[in-house]
Amino acid sequence: MAEMNGNGNNLARASRNLLGDIGLPTVIIAVFWVLTLVAGHFVGISMSTLVSDTIKRAGMNGILVLAMVPAIQSGTGPNFALPIGIVCGLLGLVTAIEMDLTGMTWLLTSFALALPLAAAVGYGYGKLMNAVKGSEMTIATYTGFSIVALMCLAWLMIPFRNPKMGWFIGKGLRETIQLDAVGGAQILNNFLLFTVGDVIVPTGLLLTFAFFAFLVWLFFRSKLGIAISAGGINPKFAQAAGLNIDRNRVLANVVSTILGAIGIIVYSQSYGYAQLYTAPLMMAFPAVAAILIGGATASRAKVSHVVIGVVLFQGLLTTALPVANEIFVGTDLSEIMRMIIQNGIILYALTQVKRGVQ
Amino acid sequence: MDGLNRNSNGAGSWILENLVTIIFVAFTLFGFMVSSGVSVGYFFSELSSRVFRNSFLVLSLIIPVLAGLGLNFGIVIGAMSGQVAIAIARYFEMGGLSGLLFCFAVAMVAAAFCGYFTGKLYNKTRGQEMIASLIVGFFANGIYQFLFLFVVGVIIAVPATHPMIKPDGIGIRMTVDLVPVKQGGLKYALDNIYQIPFVHALLIVAVGLLLLLAVRYWLNIRKGRSYLNSPLSLVVNGGLCLAIAGVAIHAMVTKSPLMMVRKVPVVTGLLIIGLCVFTVLIMKTKLGQDFRSVGQSQHTAEVSGINVDRTRIIATMISTVLASWGQIIYLQNMGTLNTYNAHTQIGMFSVAALLVGGASTSKAGITHAIFGTILFNAMFIMSPEIGQSLFGQAILGEYFRTFMVYGVIGVALGIHVWKANKKSRIMVE
Amino acid sequence: MSDSLLQFRNISKSYYGNSVLANINFDVRKGEIHALIGENGAGKSTLMNILFGMPVITGTGGYEGDVLIDGEKISFKSPHEAMYAGIGMVHQEFMLIPGYSITENIKINREITTPNPVSRIFGKRLETLDMASMNADARKALDKLDMNIEEFTQVAGLPVGHMQFVEIAREIDKTGIKILVFDEPTAVLTESEAQNLLAAVKRLAAKGIGIIFISHRLDEIISVADRVTILRDGELVATKDIKDTNAVEIAALMIGRKVAIDRVQSDRRRISDEIILSLKDLHVGMPGEMVRGIDLDIRKGEIVGIGGLAGQGKLGIANGIMGTYPARGDVVFNGKPMILGDPRAAMASGMGFVSEDRKGVGLLLNESIELNIAFTAMQVGNKFLKQGGPFRFQDDDGIRKHALKMIKDLDIRCESPVQHAGSLSGGNQQKVCVARALTQDPVFLFVSEPTRGIDIGAKKLILDLLLKLNEEEGMTIVMTSSELAELRSICDRIVIVCEGKVEGVLPPDASDAEFGLMMSGSRGGKTEDSPERSADHG
Repeated sequence: MAEMNGNGNNLARASRNLLGDIGLPTVIIAVFWVLTLVAGHFVGISMSTLVSDTIKRAGMNGILVLAMVPAIQSGTGPNFALPIGIVCGLLGLVTAIEMDLTGMTWLLTSFALALPLAAAVGYGYGKLMNAVKGSEMTIATYTGFSIVALMCLAWLMIPFRNPKMGWFIGKGLRETIQLDAVGGAQILNNFLLFTVGDVIVPTGLLLTFAFFAFLVWLFFRSKLGIAISAGGINPKFAQAAGLNIDRNRVLANVVSTILGAIGIIVYSQSYGYAQLYTAPLMMAFPAVAAILIGGATASRAKVSHVVIGVVLFQGLLTTALPVANEIFVGTDLSEIMRMIIQNGIILYALTQVKRGVQ
Repeated sequence: MDGLNRNSNGAGSWILENLVTIIFVAFTLFGFMVSSGVSVGYFFSELSSRVFRNSFLVLSLIIPVLAGLGLNFGIVIGAMSGQVAIAIARYFEMGGLSGLLFCFAVAMVAAAFCGYFTGKLYNKTRGQEMIASLIVGFFANGIYQFLFLFVVGVIIAVPATHPMIKPDGIGIRMTVDLVPVKQGGLKYALDNIYQIPFVHALLIVAVGLLLLLAVRYWLNIRKGRSYLNSPLSLVVNGGLCLAIAGVAIHAMVTKSPLMMVRKVPVVTGLLIIGLCVFTVLIMKTKLGQDFRSVGQSQHTAEVSGINVDRTRIIATMISTVLASWGQIIYLQNMGTLNTYNAHTQIGMFSVAALLVGGASTSKAGITHAIFGTILFNAMFIMSPEIGQSLFGQAILGEYFRTFMVYGVIGVALGIHVWKANKKSRIMVE
Repeated sequence: MSDSLLQFRNISKSYYGNSVLANINFDVRKGEIHALIGENGAGKSTLMNILFGMPVITGTGGYEGDVLIDGEKISFKSPHEAMYAGIGMVHQEFMLIPGYSITENIKINREITTPNPVSRIFGKRLETLDMASMNADARKALDKLDMNIEEFTQVAGLPVGHMQFVEIAREIDKTGIKILVFDEPTAVLTESEAQNLLAAVKRLAAKGIGIIFISHRLDEIISVADRVTILRDGELVATKDIKDTNAVEIAALMIGRKVAIDRVQSDRRRISDEIILSLKDLHVGMPGEMVRGIDLDIRKGEIVGIGGLAGQGKLGIANGIMGTYPARGDVVFNGKPMILGDPRAAMASGMGFVSEDRKGVGLLLNESIELNIAFTAMQVGNKFLKQGGPFRFQDDDGIRKHALKMIKDLDIRCESPVQHAGSLSGGNQQKVCVARALTQDPVFLFVSEPTRGIDIGAKKLILDLLLKLNEEEGMTIVMTSSELAELRSICDRIVIVCEGKVEGVLPPDASDAEFGLMMSGSRGGKTEDSPERSADHG
C-alpha cells in the first residue's frame, strides 16, 4: 500500500514540477502586470517613472519579504507576526534619533540598537510558536496585532525628549516622524545613485537588499541552515537525525524578527518617514503575499521567491495606481486591487496547507 | 493517577481556563475604583445600548464554534451583506419597519450566498479555518469596496445628486445618514417601536430567568432526567436573579440614579432573546446534533455517515446570515452607515466579546455570548476613563483597549492550542 | 451451505496488478462465530474492506467473485449500504465521541426525531431529537450486553472495556443487524474485560447473529469460535471446525513455509561473548507499537531478528533506543548507560538506524540522493563541512565523492547523485537509507522492515548487504521485520515480541508451529506469568 501511495505522490510531484518551476500565481500576476504596463503605455504614462518607482519600492520592501524565508523554511509558516520585528526596528530608529545622531551614524546606530532587541524578542516569539504548533499562523497574527497595540501605549508614554519626534503639545512621539530632520531620508537610496535615461537606480538601497538576500541565501547553505530547512520539510526525519527542531525553529524566528527590524529601517529611510502607532499593524500581509506570489508556499520558500515576488507585487501595485486613476477617474481601484490580490493569494496558499490541530 | 493530577491542579487549571474573564472583571472593577468621573447612569446607559447593539452579532458566532469551525472571524462578510442591504434600502429611500424587513430579506439572501462560499473555503482550509476566516474577511472587504467605490457609479449609473453618492457621481460616501425613522428612514426603526425604562427591563429579565430556571429544574425532574440538574448552580443563578430583581425594585422605590438610565428597546431585546432561543432549539434538532458530532470529531461523524462538508457549510451560512441581521440591528441603532469602516472591526470585537465570556475555540454558549458582551463593553467604556484618570490621557485607554481585544484573542487561542498540544503529546505507558 | 448468512465466492482482488487476495471461499452461518486469523498482509483487512464496500476497494477497480448475503448477491458501493444491509463492525480503534453520552454515541446519525412546525416546512433535518426514546433504545442495547452502566454517562471517563461495549451496543442497536465483525476486539482490554467481551460475543451469536471474529490470540479463538479460517499471503489455507483442530495446528498453518530458507552461512563471522547492548525493562511510547517492558541482551557480532505481529511493539524497540519516541528503562551500550530520547547521542555512540517509515522518517524525498546520504553524518558527525566565516558550509565535493562511492558500493540504481530520492524505486530508496546509516560508521545497526514494499529481487540484495556488513565489518545488526522468512534467512536468533514484551527467543530453524504459537502469545518464555494463555488450553 505504502508503495502505491508513493507512486501516486511521484506522479503528482512530476506534474507539479512542470508548473512548480514557474507557479500558477506567479504567472497570473506577471501577466496582469504586463497588461497594466501595456495599458499604462497607451494612456501615456511615463514608463521610466513606473520602472524607477518599481525598483525603489521593491528595494524598500525586499528585506521585509526576506524575513518570511527563515520562518517558512523552519516549518513555522509565514511570519504573520512580522510587526514584532518591525516595532523592534522602529524602537531602534527612534532611540537613535533621541541620541541626536544624524546621517549614516544614525542609520547604523538604529541597526545596532534594533538588532539585539529583535533577537531577544524573536527568541520569545519562537518559544511561543513552539508551544502552539499547528496553529502558528493564527496565533502569530494576533501576537503581532497585540504587540503593535501594546507599542501604541509605549510610543505615547516613552520619555523621549527630542523635539524632532515629539508632539508639539503633550507627551509621547508623533505618528509620523520625518527623517529629513536627522538627514536620514533616502540615505541609502542616494548612495551611488545613478540614472539610466530617466530611470533612477537607488544603488545603495538595492545593494543593501542584495546583501541581506545573499546573507540569507548563504545561511541556508550552512550546516545550521540545512538543519533548519530539514526540520521544516520533514520534522520526523530531522528528529530521527538528531536535530533539535524546536531550537532551530526558535533560531529561524530570531533571524526572521531581526530581518523584520532591519527591513523597516531600510523601508523608513526610503519612504522618508518613520510611521509609528498602528502603521505596522497590517504590514505582515503584503510581505506574505509577495513571497507567495514569488512562488513560495506556506511551507517552502527560497530567496529567489522573495526577489521575484517583491518585484512582481510591488511592480503591479506601482503600475496599477496611475493606470487605474487614468482610466477610471475618481476611483481608488489600485487599493482595492491590492486588497483582493494580497488576501486572495494568502487564501490560495492556505488551501494548500495540509496540516493543523483538529 | 489521572484523577489525582486533575484534582491537585484543579484551582490552577480553573484560573487558566477563565483567565481572560478574570482579567476583564478585575479591570472593570479597577476602572470603577480609580475613575470618579463615571456616573452610574452614564455607565449603564452606555452599557445597555452597547449590549443591545452588539449581542446579536456575538450570538451569531456560537454555531460555527459548536460545529468545530472555531471562531468565525468571517462574520464580517455577513456584516457587509447587511450593509449592502441597508445601502439598497437607503438608496431607494425605504424606511420604517417595512424598510427594515426589506433589509433583513435582502441581507439574508446575500449572506447565505456569501456564507456558502465561505463555508466551502473553510472546508478547503481545514485546520486553519480561523486564519482563513480572518483573511477572507479582508478579501471580501476588497470586493465590497470594489462594489461600493467602483461598480456603483462606473458600471451602475447613479445620480450624483443622491445624498449617499459622492459628489462626483462615483461610489458611495464615507458616511451615509440613515435618516431617523420619524422622517421615513431606518434609524431606530427597530429600537423605537417600543421602549421601556431600564429598571423595568432589568426586573422583567431577572424574573424571567428565575422562572426559566425553575421550570427547567422541574421539567428535568418530571421527565426523569434529574441527573441534568445541579442544585448548586440553581442556587447560585437563582440568587443572582433575585439580587438583580432586588436592585431593580430598590431603584424603583428609591428613585436612585438607575432610574436615569436611558430607555431600553423592547423589540431589539426580543430579537436577541429570540436568537438565544433559536440557538438552544436548533442544537436540540438532528441538524444541531450533527453540528456537535462534526464539531467533536469529523472523522467519527464521517464514518457514521454524516455529510461533514455540507454540515459545516450550513453552519457557516447560518452564522453569516445571523451576522448580517446583527449588523442591520447595529446600524439602525447607530443611525449612520460608516460605509467603509463599520464592518471591519466587527469580527474581532465580537470574537473578543465571546471569549471574554468564557468561550473557547471549541466551546461556546449563549451565556458566554451575553455575559461576554456585557463584560467586554463594560471594559470598553471604562478604559478611556482609566487612561484619563491614571495618566491624564484618554487616548492611552483607547490604545489599551485595542490591545486588550487583540490580546484576549491571542491569549485565548494560545491557551487552547497549547493545551490541545499538551494533551496529544505521546507518553510512555 | 444453505444456512449460510454470508458467503464469499471465489473472491480475488489485486491492487495495480499486485494480487492481494486470490480465490477466497468463505462463509458465515447464522449464529456462528467464525474466526479469521492470519499474519499481517495475509488479506484479512482486504476481505473486510470488500464486505463493507470501502472506497479503497471501489476506487481501485472493485474485486472479482461474488459476495452473497442470505443467498442474494450484493455489491456495496459504500460502508453505508453495508450498514443498511445489516452488517456492523466493531473497530479496533474506537469510533466514539468522548464528549458524548453513551446514548448519543450509540445513536450517532441514527437519532430518533419527532417532527415540529419548523421541520414540516424546512425538512427532516430540523426535527427535534427525542432523547427519551433514544435513551430507551440505548438502554435496550446495553441490557442485551448485560451492561449496568447508565446510558446518559459521558463516554470520556469510561474504562476502555466499557467503550468497547458501547461500540458493540451501537452495532446491535442498528435494526436488522445480521453480521457483526470484531476486529481484534480484545487487543486493548484487560484479562477480565476480555473475558466479559468473549461472553458477550457468545451471547450475541446465540441470538442468531453471524460473527466474524478477527484475532491473533489463538486461545481466544479456541475458546470462543465455532470455526476458524486461516489466511496466508492472500490465500485461504484452511477452514476448520474448532473441535477438529488445536492451537498448534492453527499456528503452523498461519505461518507456513513461504520460501525455502536458504541460509547463507559463512565461517568468517565472529560472534563474541561480549554483550554490546543490554536492555532492561524498556518501555517505549510509540503509538500503535507500545513496548511494555523488554529485557534483552545482544552480543557483539550477532544478527538478531525481532519478529511479531503488527501492533505488538516490535517496531517500538529500535525507535525507543534511537530516541524517535519517548522511552524509559535501562539501556547499556558498549558498557556505557545510554540516555534515552536523544537521537544525537545514540548516533554519536556508534548506533545507526534504518527506520521502518522510509518515506516519512527515512528520507527527504524532494532532496538529492547525495544530501540524503550525507545529511546525518554532516549534522551529527560534523563530516563533509568546511568553514566559511562564522558558518560551516557543506562540502559539496566531499559529499559528491562519498555519494558516488556509496552508489557504487551499494549498487544504488540512479541517474545521478543529484536525483531526488523520492523518484527512486523502493529498493533503491532503502539502499539510500542504509547508505546514510553507514556514512556515520556505526558499529551497531538497527534495521526495521528493510524489505517492506520492495520487490523480491531487491529484497535479496538488501539482505545480502546486511549479511556482508556483518561479515566484513563485524557490525552487530538488529533487524526488525514482519516477514518471518527474511528473519529466518539471516538472523542468528529471533526474538518474538507480543503485547509489548518478549514472548520468547527462537532459533531460525524452529518449527512453524513454534513461531505461530509464540507470535499469538500462546506459548513462550513467560508462560508462568500468564498460565491462562498456555497452549494446552485448547
